Amino acid sequence: MRRFSGLAMAGLAIAVAVLSAPPAAMAADTPNPPADLKAFQKFFKDKFPKVKFEDFVNGPYSMDEGLYKQWKEKEEFPPYEFALDLGKELMAKPFKNGKTLADCFPNKGIGIRQDYPHFDAKQGKVITLELAVNQCLEANGEQPYSYVKDEMAAVTAYMAYTSRGKVFDVKIPDDPRALAAYENGKRYFYTRRGQLNFSCATCHVQSPGERIRAEVLAPALGILNAMPIYRSEWSGMGTTSRRFTSCNSQVRGVPLKPQDEEYRDLEYYLSYVSNGLPISGPGARP
Amino acid sequence: MASTIRVRATASGDSTEVQALIQHPMDSGFVKNAKGELIPPHYIQQVVIEHGGKPVFIADWGPAVSKDPYLKFAFKGGKKGDDLKVSWTDNKGASDTLTAKIQ
Amino acid sequence: MKSSIWNDAPVSRRSVLQGIAAVAVVGFTGIRFGMSEALAAANDKYPEDAFKQKSEADAIKSLYGKTAEKSDKVKLDAPEIAENGAVVPVAVSSSLTDVTSIAILVTENPNTLAAAYRILPGAAPSVSNRLKMAKTSNVIAVVEAGGKLYSATKEVKVTVGGCGG
Repeated sequence: MRRFSGLAMAGLAIAVAVLSAPPAAMAADTPNPPADLKAFQKFFKDKFPKVKFEDFVNGPYSMDEGLYKQWKEKEEFPPYEFALDLGKELMAKPFKNGKTLADCFPNKGIGIRQDYPHFDAKQGKVITLELAVNQCLEANGEQPYSYVKDEMAAVTAYMAYTSRGKVFDVKIPDDPRALAAYENGKRYFYTRRGQLNFSCATCHVQSPGERIRAEVLAPALGILNAMPIYRSEWSGMGTTSRRFTSCNSQVRGVPLKPQDEEYRDLEYYLSYVSNGLPISGPGARP
Repeated sequence: MASTIRVRATASGDSTEVQALIQHPMDSGFVKNAKGELIPPHYIQQVVIEHGGKPVFIADWGPAVSKDPYLKFAFKGGKKGDDLKVSWTDNKGASDTLTAKIQ
Repeated sequence: MKSSIWNDAPVSRRSVLQGIAAVAVVGFTGIRFGMSEALAAANDKYPEDAFKQKSEADAIKSLYGKTAEKSDKVKLDAPEIAENGAVVPVAVSSSLTDVTSIAILVTENPNTLAAAYRILPGAAPSVSNRLKMAKTSNVIAVVEAGGKLYSATKEVKVTVGGCGG
Protein backbone atom coordinates (compact mmCIF):
# COMPACT_ATOMS: atom_id res chain seq x y z
CA MET A 1 0.00 0.00 0.00
CA ARG A 2 1.30 3.40 -0.94
CA ARG A 3 2.12 5.74 1.84
CA PHE A 4 0.24 8.98 1.94
CA SER A 5 2.39 12.05 1.79
CA GLY A 6 2.47 14.24 4.85
CA LEU A 7 0.45 16.96 3.14
CA ALA A 8 -2.24 14.55 2.09
CA MET A 9 -2.40 13.20 5.63
CA ALA A 10 -2.85 16.71 7.00
CA GLY A 11 -5.53 17.40 4.44
CA LEU A 12 -7.26 14.19 5.36
CA ALA A 13 -7.08 15.03 9.03
CA ILE A 14 -8.64 18.43 8.43
CA ALA A 15 -11.32 16.96 6.26
CA VAL A 16 -12.19 14.41 8.93
CA ALA A 17 -12.29 17.07 11.62
CA VAL A 18 -14.58 19.26 9.53
CA LEU A 19 -16.94 16.52 8.55
CA SER A 20 -16.93 14.94 11.98
CA ALA A 21 -20.46 14.56 13.29
CA PRO A 22 -21.57 13.33 16.75
CA PRO A 23 -20.28 9.87 17.80
CA ALA A 24 -20.16 7.55 14.84
CA ALA A 25 -22.04 4.86 16.80
CA MET A 26 -25.33 6.53 15.82
CA ALA A 27 -26.30 7.61 12.34
CA ALA A 28 -24.90 11.04 11.76
CA ASP A 29 -27.89 12.32 9.77
CA THR A 30 -29.81 15.31 11.10
CA PRO A 31 -32.75 14.50 13.36
CA ASN A 32 -35.98 15.03 11.49
CA PRO A 33 -38.98 14.18 13.65
CA PRO A 34 -41.60 15.07 11.03
CA ALA A 35 -39.94 12.69 8.61
CA ASP A 36 -39.79 10.02 11.34
CA LEU A 37 -43.47 10.48 12.06
CA LYS A 38 -44.41 10.14 8.44
CA ALA A 39 -42.26 7.05 7.92
CA PHE A 40 -43.44 5.47 11.18
CA GLN A 41 -47.12 5.88 10.42
CA LYS A 42 -46.69 4.82 6.80
CA PHE A 43 -44.92 1.65 7.91
CA PHE A 44 -47.88 0.54 10.01
CA LYS A 45 -50.54 1.64 7.57
CA ASP A 46 -48.81 -0.33 4.82
CA LYS A 47 -48.39 -3.34 7.05
CA PHE A 48 -52.04 -3.33 8.09
CA PRO A 49 -54.02 -1.83 5.21
CA LYS A 50 -57.30 -3.15 6.59
CA VAL A 51 -56.98 -1.47 9.96
CA LYS A 52 -58.67 1.92 10.16
CA PHE A 53 -56.18 4.54 11.25
CA GLU A 54 -57.92 5.40 14.50
CA ASP A 55 -58.18 1.71 15.42
CA PHE A 56 -54.44 1.42 15.87
CA VAL A 57 -55.02 2.64 19.41
CA ASN A 58 -56.69 -0.65 20.28
CA GLY A 59 -53.43 -2.56 20.43
CA PRO A 60 -53.78 -6.31 19.93
CA TYR A 61 -57.54 -6.03 19.51
CA SER A 62 -57.23 -4.54 16.07
CA MET A 63 -54.86 -7.34 15.13
CA ASP A 64 -56.99 -10.37 15.96
CA GLU A 65 -60.69 -11.02 15.54
CA GLY A 66 -61.06 -13.49 18.39
CA LEU A 67 -59.48 -11.03 20.78
CA TYR A 68 -61.57 -8.18 19.39
CA LYS A 69 -64.81 -9.97 20.20
CA GLN A 70 -63.78 -10.66 23.81
CA TRP A 71 -62.69 -7.07 24.20
CA LYS A 72 -65.99 -5.71 22.91
CA GLU A 73 -67.86 -7.86 25.42
CA LYS A 74 -65.75 -6.49 28.26
CA GLU A 75 -66.14 -2.93 27.05
CA GLU A 76 -69.91 -3.22 27.60
CA PHE A 77 -69.18 -2.76 31.27
CA PRO A 78 -65.44 -2.39 31.50
CA PRO A 79 -63.32 -3.46 34.45
CA TYR A 80 -61.75 0.00 34.78
CA GLU A 81 -65.03 1.58 35.90
CA PHE A 82 -63.95 1.50 39.53
CA ALA A 83 -60.65 3.19 38.76
CA LEU A 84 -62.54 5.95 36.96
CA ASP A 85 -64.71 6.64 39.98
CA LEU A 86 -61.73 6.67 42.29
CA GLY A 87 -59.83 8.96 39.93
CA LYS A 88 -62.66 11.47 39.81
CA GLU A 89 -62.83 11.45 43.59
CA LEU A 90 -59.08 11.95 44.00
CA MET A 91 -58.99 14.85 41.55
CA ALA A 92 -61.45 16.74 43.73
CA LYS A 93 -60.27 15.69 47.17
CA PRO A 94 -58.73 18.66 49.01
CA PHE A 95 -55.14 18.48 50.20
CA LYS A 96 -54.20 19.52 53.70
CA ASN A 97 -53.67 23.02 52.32
CA GLY A 98 -57.13 23.14 50.77
CA LYS A 99 -56.02 22.90 47.16
CA THR A 100 -56.89 19.92 44.93
CA LEU A 101 -55.09 17.87 42.30
CA ALA A 102 -57.39 19.40 39.69
CA ASP A 103 -56.07 22.87 40.58
CA CYS A 104 -52.61 21.96 39.27
CA PHE A 105 -53.85 21.35 35.77
CA PRO A 106 -55.29 23.54 33.03
CA ASN A 107 -59.08 23.28 32.90
CA LYS A 108 -59.04 21.38 36.21
CA GLY A 109 -57.49 18.41 34.45
CA ILE A 110 -60.47 17.86 32.19
CA GLY A 111 -59.78 17.14 28.57
CA ILE A 112 -56.04 17.81 28.73
CA ARG A 113 -54.44 14.36 28.84
CA GLN A 114 -53.41 14.58 25.20
CA ASP A 115 -51.20 17.56 26.04
CA TYR A 116 -48.84 15.19 27.83
CA PRO A 117 -46.06 14.49 27.50
CA HIS A 118 -44.58 17.80 26.49
CA PHE A 119 -41.20 19.40 26.77
CA ASP A 120 -41.07 21.93 29.56
CA ALA A 121 -38.56 24.65 28.78
CA LYS A 122 -38.29 25.89 32.36
CA GLN A 123 -37.64 22.48 33.86
CA GLY A 124 -35.61 21.53 30.83
CA LYS A 125 -37.15 18.10 30.53
CA VAL A 126 -40.08 16.08 29.29
CA ILE A 127 -43.06 16.26 31.60
CA THR A 128 -45.40 13.27 31.46
CA LEU A 129 -48.86 13.21 32.97
CA GLU A 130 -47.73 10.91 35.78
CA LEU A 131 -44.79 13.14 36.61
CA ALA A 132 -47.04 16.18 36.60
CA VAL A 133 -49.41 14.49 39.06
CA ASN A 134 -46.65 13.74 41.53
CA GLN A 135 -45.02 17.15 41.06
CA CYS A 136 -48.38 18.61 42.02
CA LEU A 137 -48.68 16.45 45.11
CA GLU A 138 -45.15 17.24 46.24
CA ALA A 139 -45.55 20.97 45.57
CA ASN A 140 -48.58 20.92 47.86
CA GLY A 141 -46.91 19.03 50.67
CA GLU A 142 -48.65 15.75 49.93
CA GLN A 143 -47.18 12.25 49.62
CA PRO A 144 -46.54 11.36 45.97
CA TYR A 145 -48.33 8.32 44.58
CA SER A 146 -46.59 5.14 43.53
CA TYR A 147 -46.13 5.49 39.77
CA VAL A 148 -47.29 2.07 38.77
CA LYS A 149 -50.84 1.54 39.94
CA ASP A 150 -53.66 2.35 42.35
CA GLU A 151 -54.15 6.10 42.78
CA MET A 152 -51.84 7.08 39.93
CA ALA A 153 -53.69 4.70 37.64
CA ALA A 154 -57.05 5.97 38.87
CA VAL A 155 -56.21 9.62 38.38
CA THR A 156 -54.63 9.18 34.95
CA ALA A 157 -57.54 6.93 33.97
CA TYR A 158 -60.02 9.64 34.80
CA MET A 159 -58.03 12.29 32.98
CA ALA A 160 -57.66 10.03 29.93
CA TYR A 161 -61.38 9.36 29.98
CA THR A 162 -62.18 13.06 29.83
CA SER A 163 -59.93 13.31 26.78
CA ARG A 164 -61.37 10.41 24.82
CA GLY A 165 -61.40 11.19 21.14
CA LYS A 166 -58.93 14.05 21.38
CA VAL A 167 -55.82 13.44 19.32
CA PHE A 168 -52.17 13.60 20.18
CA ASP A 169 -50.52 16.74 18.84
CA VAL A 170 -47.15 16.51 20.53
CA LYS A 171 -44.82 19.32 19.62
CA ILE A 172 -41.07 19.36 19.59
CA PRO A 173 -40.23 23.00 20.21
CA ASP A 174 -37.28 24.68 18.60
CA ASP A 175 -35.05 23.85 21.52
CA PRO A 176 -32.01 21.58 21.22
CA ARG A 177 -32.88 19.99 24.57
CA ALA A 178 -36.31 18.98 23.31
CA LEU A 179 -34.85 17.50 20.20
CA ALA A 180 -32.27 15.67 22.28
CA ALA A 181 -35.03 14.23 24.46
CA TYR A 182 -36.92 13.06 21.38
CA GLU A 183 -33.79 11.45 19.95
CA ASN A 184 -33.03 9.87 23.30
CA GLY A 185 -36.47 8.30 23.40
CA LYS A 186 -36.15 7.10 19.84
CA ARG A 187 -32.77 5.60 20.58
CA TYR A 188 -34.13 3.82 23.63
CA PHE A 189 -36.97 2.41 21.58
CA TYR A 190 -34.68 0.85 19.02
CA THR A 191 -31.95 -0.37 21.38
CA ARG A 192 -31.82 -4.04 22.28
CA ARG A 193 -31.63 -4.90 25.94
CA GLY A 194 -32.02 -7.64 28.47
CA GLN A 195 -31.14 -11.28 28.35
CA LEU A 196 -33.66 -11.78 25.57
CA ASN A 197 -31.90 -9.01 23.68
CA PHE A 198 -35.14 -7.43 22.49
CA SER A 199 -35.70 -3.80 21.76
CA CYS A 200 -39.18 -2.32 21.95
CA ALA A 201 -39.12 -2.39 18.17
CA THR A 202 -38.38 -6.10 18.04
CA CYS A 203 -41.90 -6.84 19.22
CA HIS A 204 -43.87 -3.75 18.37
CA VAL A 205 -42.43 -2.79 15.01
CA GLN A 206 -41.15 -6.07 13.61
CA SER A 207 -43.89 -8.33 14.88
CA PRO A 208 -47.21 -6.60 15.64
CA GLY A 209 -50.15 -8.92 15.10
CA GLU A 210 -47.89 -11.92 15.53
CA ARG A 211 -47.48 -13.85 18.73
CA ILE A 212 -44.88 -13.93 21.45
CA ARG A 213 -45.61 -17.27 23.03
CA ALA A 214 -49.37 -17.09 23.05
CA GLU A 215 -49.99 -13.36 23.21
CA VAL A 216 -50.72 -11.19 20.24
CA LEU A 217 -48.37 -8.20 19.97
CA ALA A 218 -49.65 -4.66 19.70
CA PRO A 219 -48.31 -2.24 17.10
CA ALA A 220 -46.14 0.58 18.43
CA LEU A 221 -48.35 3.07 16.62
CA GLY A 222 -50.88 4.33 19.13
CA ILE A 223 -49.58 2.05 21.83
CA LEU A 224 -49.82 4.66 24.58
CA ASN A 225 -53.17 6.09 23.57
CA ALA A 226 -55.13 3.64 25.71
CA MET A 227 -53.08 4.18 28.87
CA PRO A 228 -53.59 3.51 31.72
CA ILE A 229 -54.89 0.01 31.24
CA TYR A 230 -56.76 -2.68 33.15
CA ARG A 231 -54.87 -5.80 32.22
CA SER A 232 -56.40 -9.20 32.76
CA GLU A 233 -52.87 -10.39 33.38
CA TRP A 234 -52.51 -7.96 36.29
CA SER A 235 -56.12 -8.40 37.36
CA GLY A 236 -56.00 -4.66 37.83
CA MET A 237 -54.90 -1.27 36.60
CA GLY A 238 -51.43 -0.26 35.55
CA THR A 239 -49.89 2.93 34.27
CA THR A 240 -47.42 3.68 31.50
CA SER A 241 -44.70 3.40 34.15
CA ARG A 242 -45.92 -0.02 35.07
CA ARG A 243 -45.87 -1.20 31.49
CA PHE A 244 -42.39 0.17 30.77
CA THR A 245 -40.83 -1.34 33.89
CA SER A 246 -42.57 -4.70 33.50
CA CYS A 247 -41.66 -4.85 29.84
CA ASN A 248 -37.99 -4.36 30.77
CA SER A 249 -38.28 -7.18 33.32
CA GLN A 250 -39.98 -9.41 30.80
CA VAL A 251 -37.06 -9.21 28.39
CA ARG A 252 -34.99 -10.06 31.46
CA GLY A 253 -33.36 -6.70 31.67
CA VAL A 254 -33.07 -4.49 34.70
CA PRO A 255 -35.87 -1.96 34.70
CA LEU A 256 -35.18 1.70 35.24
CA LYS A 257 -37.00 3.56 37.96
CA PRO A 258 -40.45 4.77 36.96
CA GLN A 259 -40.31 8.16 35.31
CA ASP A 260 -36.55 8.01 34.84
CA GLU A 261 -35.39 10.30 32.06
CA GLU A 262 -35.20 7.56 29.46
CA TYR A 263 -38.74 6.42 30.12
CA ARG A 264 -40.05 9.95 29.86
CA ASP A 265 -38.13 10.50 26.66
CA LEU A 266 -39.42 7.19 25.35
CA GLU A 267 -42.97 8.29 26.10
CA TYR A 268 -42.23 11.58 24.31
CA TYR A 269 -41.01 9.77 21.20
CA LEU A 270 -43.86 7.24 21.16
CA SER A 271 -46.50 9.89 21.68
CA TYR A 272 -45.05 12.13 18.98
CA VAL A 273 -45.02 9.40 16.35
CA SER A 274 -48.63 8.68 17.25
CA ASN A 275 -49.71 12.26 16.55
CA GLY A 276 -53.14 12.37 14.98
CA LEU A 277 -54.39 9.31 16.86
CA PRO A 278 -57.10 9.75 19.48
CA ILE A 279 -56.84 9.14 23.18
CA SER A 280 -58.80 5.98 23.94
CA GLY A 281 -57.88 5.49 27.58
CA PRO A 282 -58.40 4.08 30.01
CA GLY A 283 -58.17 0.79 28.22
CA ALA A 284 -58.55 -2.91 28.86
CA ARG A 285 -55.91 -5.32 27.70
CA PRO A 286 -55.24 -9.06 27.94
CA MET B 1 -67.72 5.58 50.41
CA ALA B 2 -69.12 4.51 47.06
CA SER B 3 -70.95 1.23 46.72
CA THR B 4 -69.12 -1.78 45.35
CA ILE B 5 -72.01 -2.29 42.95
CA ARG B 6 -72.55 -0.60 39.62
CA VAL B 7 -75.80 -1.26 37.81
CA ARG B 8 -77.14 -0.40 34.40
CA ALA B 9 -80.78 -1.40 33.99
CA THR B 10 -82.58 -0.47 30.80
CA ALA B 11 -86.21 -1.13 29.99
CA SER B 12 -87.12 -1.77 26.38
CA GLY B 13 -90.66 -2.88 25.60
CA ASP B 14 -91.66 -5.23 28.38
CA SER B 15 -88.13 -6.45 28.99
CA THR B 16 -85.49 -4.97 31.28
CA GLU B 17 -81.84 -5.73 30.64
CA VAL B 18 -79.64 -5.59 33.69
CA GLN B 19 -75.86 -5.36 33.77
CA ALA B 20 -73.99 -5.32 37.04
CA LEU B 21 -70.32 -4.87 37.80
CA ILE B 22 -69.23 -5.52 41.34
CA GLN B 23 -65.93 -4.57 42.92
CA HIS B 24 -64.67 -7.67 44.72
CA PRO B 25 -61.34 -9.53 44.77
CA MET B 26 -62.95 -12.95 44.14
CA ASP B 27 -59.86 -14.66 45.54
CA SER B 28 -59.99 -18.34 44.69
CA GLY B 29 -57.73 -19.54 47.46
CA PHE B 30 -55.36 -21.09 44.90
CA VAL B 31 -53.15 -18.06 44.34
CA LYS B 32 -50.04 -17.20 46.33
CA ASN B 33 -48.96 -13.72 47.32
CA ALA B 34 -45.48 -12.24 46.82
CA LYS B 35 -44.29 -14.01 49.99
CA GLY B 36 -45.42 -17.39 48.69
CA GLU B 37 -48.35 -17.67 51.07
CA LEU B 38 -51.74 -18.77 49.80
CA ILE B 39 -54.23 -15.94 49.68
CA PRO B 40 -57.33 -17.30 51.42
CA PRO B 41 -60.55 -17.68 49.41
CA HIS B 42 -62.66 -14.55 49.46
CA TYR B 43 -65.46 -14.52 46.94
CA ILE B 44 -69.08 -13.55 46.46
CA GLN B 45 -71.35 -16.54 46.93
CA GLN B 46 -74.72 -15.13 46.10
CA VAL B 47 -76.14 -12.18 44.20
CA VAL B 48 -79.85 -11.47 44.49
CA ILE B 49 -81.68 -9.05 42.26
CA GLU B 50 -85.10 -7.88 43.35
CA HIS B 51 -87.82 -5.94 41.63
CA GLY B 52 -91.07 -4.90 43.27
CA GLY B 53 -89.93 -6.59 46.47
CA LYS B 54 -89.53 -9.99 44.77
CA PRO B 55 -86.35 -11.72 43.64
CA VAL B 56 -86.18 -11.91 39.86
CA PHE B 57 -82.75 -13.47 39.45
CA ILE B 58 -80.27 -15.18 41.73
CA ALA B 59 -76.65 -15.98 41.02
CA ASP B 60 -74.81 -18.64 42.97
CA TRP B 61 -71.11 -18.08 42.45
CA GLY B 62 -67.94 -19.96 43.22
CA PRO B 63 -64.38 -18.64 43.22
CA ALA B 64 -64.03 -19.30 39.49
CA VAL B 65 -65.99 -16.16 38.73
CA SER B 66 -63.56 -13.43 37.66
CA LYS B 67 -62.38 -10.63 39.86
CA ASP B 68 -64.62 -7.55 39.78
CA PRO B 69 -67.40 -9.80 38.55
CA TYR B 70 -69.80 -8.94 35.80
CA LEU B 71 -73.32 -10.18 35.28
CA LYS B 72 -75.91 -9.60 32.57
CA PHE B 73 -79.44 -10.95 32.40
CA ALA B 74 -82.94 -9.78 31.54
CA PHE B 75 -86.42 -10.05 33.00
CA LYS B 76 -89.96 -9.07 32.14
CA GLY B 77 -92.15 -6.68 34.02
CA GLY B 78 -89.81 -3.83 34.81
CA LYS B 79 -90.65 -0.29 33.80
CA LYS B 80 -88.60 2.84 33.49
CA GLY B 81 -88.40 4.52 36.87
CA ASP B 82 -88.87 1.31 38.86
CA ASP B 83 -86.43 0.43 41.61
CA LEU B 84 -84.09 -2.50 41.14
CA LYS B 85 -82.24 -3.86 44.13
CA VAL B 86 -78.95 -5.72 43.78
CA SER B 87 -77.35 -7.39 46.80
CA TRP B 88 -74.45 -9.73 47.34
CA THR B 89 -73.01 -11.77 50.20
CA ASP B 90 -69.59 -13.38 50.27
CA ASN B 91 -67.97 -16.34 51.99
CA LYS B 92 -66.72 -14.11 54.80
CA GLY B 93 -70.19 -12.91 55.60
CA ALA B 94 -69.70 -9.46 54.13
CA SER B 95 -72.33 -7.96 51.89
CA ASP B 96 -73.42 -4.89 50.01
CA THR B 97 -76.57 -3.70 48.37
CA LEU B 98 -77.56 -1.06 45.88
CA THR B 99 -80.90 0.18 44.67
CA ALA B 100 -80.85 1.65 41.19
CA LYS B 101 -83.55 2.99 38.94
CA ILE B 102 -84.46 1.28 35.71
CA GLN B 103 -83.79 3.66 32.85
CA MET C 1 -67.21 3.35 25.41
CA LYS C 2 -70.84 3.73 24.51
CA SER C 3 -72.43 6.64 26.28
CA SER C 4 -73.94 4.69 29.04
CA ILE C 5 -77.11 5.21 30.87
CA TRP C 6 -76.27 3.88 34.21
CA ASN C 7 -77.30 4.78 37.59
CA ASP C 8 -75.76 4.26 40.90
CA ALA C 9 -77.81 5.60 43.71
CA PRO C 10 -75.45 4.45 46.38
CA VAL C 11 -76.90 3.14 49.53
CA SER C 12 -74.59 3.18 52.47
CA ARG C 13 -73.08 -0.16 53.22
CA ARG C 14 -75.19 -2.19 55.57
CA SER C 15 -74.45 -5.37 57.42
CA VAL C 16 -75.74 -8.65 56.11
CA LEU C 17 -78.98 -8.22 54.24
CA GLN C 18 -81.60 -9.22 56.76
CA GLY C 19 -83.70 -11.26 54.38
CA ILE C 20 -80.87 -13.43 53.15
CA ALA C 21 -79.44 -13.92 56.62
CA ALA C 22 -82.79 -14.97 58.06
CA VAL C 23 -83.63 -17.49 55.36
CA ALA C 24 -80.12 -18.88 55.19
CA VAL C 25 -80.55 -19.85 58.81
CA VAL C 26 -83.86 -21.58 58.05
CA GLY C 27 -82.28 -23.57 55.17
CA PHE C 28 -84.33 -26.29 53.52
CA THR C 29 -81.73 -29.01 53.19
CA GLY C 30 -84.04 -31.45 51.43
CA ILE C 31 -84.87 -29.08 48.60
CA ARG C 32 -82.95 -29.59 45.39
CA PHE C 33 -81.57 -26.50 43.80
CA GLY C 34 -83.78 -24.82 41.23
CA MET C 35 -86.91 -26.92 41.70
CA SER C 36 -88.89 -24.67 43.90
CA GLU C 37 -90.28 -21.49 42.38
CA ALA C 38 -93.20 -21.91 44.73
CA LEU C 39 -90.98 -21.09 47.65
CA ALA C 40 -89.49 -17.64 47.80
CA ALA C 41 -86.36 -18.39 45.85
CA ALA C 42 -84.18 -16.67 48.41
CA ASN C 43 -85.08 -19.55 50.73
CA ASP C 44 -82.92 -21.99 48.81
CA LYS C 45 -79.51 -22.55 50.22
CA TYR C 46 -76.32 -21.72 48.44
CA PRO C 47 -75.31 -25.04 46.79
CA GLU C 48 -72.10 -25.34 48.73
CA ASP C 49 -71.70 -29.04 48.07
CA ALA C 50 -71.97 -28.65 44.31
CA PHE C 51 -69.20 -26.06 44.31
CA LYS C 52 -66.88 -28.52 46.01
CA GLN C 53 -67.20 -31.23 43.35
CA LYS C 54 -64.26 -32.03 41.12
CA SER C 55 -65.97 -33.72 38.22
CA GLU C 56 -68.79 -32.30 36.15
CA ALA C 57 -70.85 -35.43 36.67
CA ASP C 58 -70.67 -35.02 40.45
CA ALA C 59 -71.32 -31.30 40.31
CA ILE C 60 -74.41 -31.72 38.14
CA LYS C 61 -75.65 -34.58 40.31
CA SER C 62 -75.21 -32.49 43.45
CA LEU C 63 -76.91 -29.50 41.89
CA TYR C 64 -79.81 -31.14 40.10
CA GLY C 65 -79.95 -34.80 41.00
CA LYS C 66 -80.17 -35.82 37.35
CA THR C 67 -78.05 -36.01 34.19
CA ALA C 68 -78.09 -33.78 31.15
CA GLU C 69 -78.53 -34.65 27.48
CA LYS C 70 -76.85 -32.64 24.77
CA SER C 71 -79.14 -30.18 23.04
CA ASP C 72 -78.69 -27.74 20.23
CA LYS C 73 -81.27 -25.56 21.96
CA VAL C 74 -78.60 -24.56 24.45
CA LYS C 75 -76.39 -21.84 23.08
CA LEU C 76 -72.96 -21.42 24.64
CA ASP C 77 -70.94 -18.39 23.66
CA ALA C 78 -67.27 -18.52 24.64
CA PRO C 79 -64.06 -17.64 22.81
CA GLU C 80 -61.96 -20.19 20.93
CA ILE C 81 -58.84 -18.85 22.55
CA ALA C 82 -59.27 -16.90 25.76
CA GLU C 83 -57.36 -13.62 25.76
CA ASN C 84 -56.48 -14.42 29.36
CA GLY C 85 -57.56 -17.25 31.62
CA ALA C 86 -58.41 -14.80 34.39
CA VAL C 87 -61.28 -13.16 32.52
CA VAL C 88 -63.14 -15.28 29.99
CA PRO C 89 -66.48 -13.86 28.83
CA VAL C 90 -69.05 -16.68 28.67
CA ALA C 91 -72.70 -16.32 27.78
CA VAL C 92 -75.45 -18.95 27.80
CA SER C 93 -78.92 -18.71 26.36
CA SER C 94 -81.62 -21.18 25.43
CA SER C 95 -84.67 -21.41 23.21
CA LEU C 96 -86.16 -24.08 25.46
CA THR C 97 -89.32 -23.22 27.35
CA ASP C 98 -89.79 -23.31 31.10
CA VAL C 99 -86.16 -22.69 31.94
CA THR C 100 -85.57 -22.59 35.67
CA SER C 101 -81.80 -22.77 35.94
CA ILE C 102 -78.54 -22.34 34.07
CA ALA C 103 -75.21 -23.67 35.32
CA ILE C 104 -71.74 -23.27 33.86
CA LEU C 105 -68.91 -25.71 34.49
CA VAL C 106 -65.23 -25.61 33.56
CA THR C 107 -64.03 -29.18 33.47
CA GLU C 108 -60.33 -28.56 34.08
CA ASN C 109 -60.82 -26.16 36.97
CA PRO C 110 -60.00 -27.56 40.43
CA ASN C 111 -63.70 -27.41 41.27
CA THR C 112 -65.66 -27.70 38.12
CA LEU C 113 -68.81 -25.71 38.91
CA ALA C 114 -68.14 -22.04 38.19
CA ALA C 115 -71.56 -20.47 38.52
CA ALA C 116 -75.22 -21.37 38.72
CA TYR C 117 -78.17 -19.13 38.04
CA ARG C 118 -81.78 -19.37 39.13
CA ILE C 119 -84.00 -18.21 36.32
CA LEU C 120 -86.95 -17.08 38.39
CA PRO C 121 -90.40 -16.50 36.88
CA GLY C 122 -90.21 -13.63 34.44
CA ALA C 123 -86.47 -13.85 33.90
CA ALA C 124 -85.16 -14.55 30.41
CA PRO C 125 -83.32 -17.86 29.88
CA SER C 126 -79.95 -16.25 29.32
CA VAL C 127 -76.99 -14.99 31.28
CA SER C 128 -73.56 -13.47 30.60
CA ASN C 129 -70.64 -13.56 32.97
CA ARG C 130 -66.85 -13.62 33.11
CA LEU C 131 -65.09 -16.70 34.44
CA LYS C 132 -61.63 -17.87 35.42
CA MET C 133 -60.19 -20.83 33.61
CA ALA C 134 -57.09 -22.53 34.95
CA LYS C 135 -56.16 -24.02 31.58
CA THR C 136 -57.53 -25.21 28.27
CA SER C 137 -60.77 -26.88 29.11
CA ASN C 138 -64.25 -27.79 28.08
CA VAL C 139 -66.85 -25.31 29.21
CA ILE C 140 -70.23 -26.91 29.77
CA ALA C 141 -73.51 -25.04 29.94
CA VAL C 142 -76.37 -26.88 31.61
CA VAL C 143 -79.94 -25.67 31.33
CA GLU C 144 -82.78 -27.00 33.44
CA ALA C 145 -86.02 -26.70 31.51
CA GLY C 146 -89.35 -28.31 32.26
CA GLY C 147 -87.66 -30.40 34.92
CA LYS C 148 -85.12 -31.93 32.52
CA LEU C 149 -81.47 -31.06 31.92
CA TYR C 150 -79.90 -30.10 28.63
CA SER C 151 -76.32 -29.18 27.87
CA ALA C 152 -73.86 -27.78 25.36
CA THR C 153 -70.09 -27.97 25.44
CA LYS C 154 -67.32 -25.91 23.92
CA GLU C 155 -63.58 -26.16 24.23
CA VAL C 156 -61.86 -22.91 25.19
CA LYS C 157 -58.11 -22.73 24.83
CA VAL C 158 -56.21 -20.99 27.56
CA THR C 159 -52.57 -20.28 26.97
CA VAL C 160 -49.60 -19.28 29.02
CA GLY C 161 -49.13 -15.55 29.02
CA GLY C 162 -46.64 -14.23 26.55
CA CYS C 163 -43.80 -11.76 26.96
CA GLY C 164 -42.06 -14.23 29.23
CA GLY C 165 -44.55 -13.27 31.95
